[in-house]
Amino acid sequence: MDFFFVMRIFSLHLCENILITSMKFTMPRPRTLRKVVAPPKFTGFKPYGEGEKSTEFIALFYEEYEAIKLADYKLMNHAEAAFLMGVSRSTFARIYEKARRKVAQALVEAKEIRAVYGNAVLDKNWYVCKKCHARFTIPKTIKKHLCAMCASDQIEFINK
Amino acid sequence: MKTVITASGDAITNQFDKRFGRASWFCVFDDVLQSVDFVENQHVTASNGAGTKAVEKMLELGVKKIISGDFGPKGKELLDRFDVQMVIIEEEGLSVGDIIDRLVVNKK
Repeated sequence: MDFFFVMRIFSLHLCENILITSMKFTMPRPRTLRKVVAPPKFTGFKPYGEGEKSTEFIALFYEEYEAIKLADYKLMNHAEAAFLMGVSRSTFARIYEKARRKVAQALVEAKEIRAVYGNAVLDKNWYVCKKCHARFTIPKTIKKHLCAMCASDQIEFINK
Repeated sequence: MKTVITASGDAITNQFDKRFGRASWFCVFDDVLQSVDFVENQHVTASNGAGTKAVEKMLELGVKKIISGDFGPKGKELLDRFDVQMVIIEEEGLSVGDIIDRLVVNKK
């Protein structure tokens, strides 16, 4: 009797363990979106003088570009830059590290760099209407996502 | 809801002005009352801060939407903060009346 009781508790314990570990795998904590003041002015960089053409490319996220810009171009310290991007200092350091490694990899392996949206949220949300080509913002107080001029719903998010 | 259209004169036949802070007149169009009002911009020739002063004027008037050709960096930031919708139109040769017509037609 005693033995079964112990086994039962043990199995329960096992179940719990499996549950917790499986939860860890299926539900990662959602990423905080990183604030990006302005997207990069390029869509990509290509190496030249390279004989063989490679189709591989490295995806540089907007937030990684922003990290390089803030730390190496505007010469901010990591705490300031992290505050601007709305993440913790250690997260900023991680993003920056990754960005530098990606750029280094692209340089050494002569690979193309492409700017990819990533986990960014642009500071200013500008939209363009496909119908009348007007550009406009949608403030928080407006719930409907329609064109401000022609009220069409064919609007597209742009990076301005 | 009040909409401001930047204008180069005080009549709806006048050209639409593509600058925000340095437009000579602001046309205030109210789509509930269907009224059109013109307000002169006193800071057209200000050496700096024309955009900021224009934003102050807009908030005073209780405007929710501004149609212009371009907004300066300070103007953009302030309008963003006060939840005013900005609209940029890059078409050439539009009059203030044309823009009001578009707004009225599309509301129906």
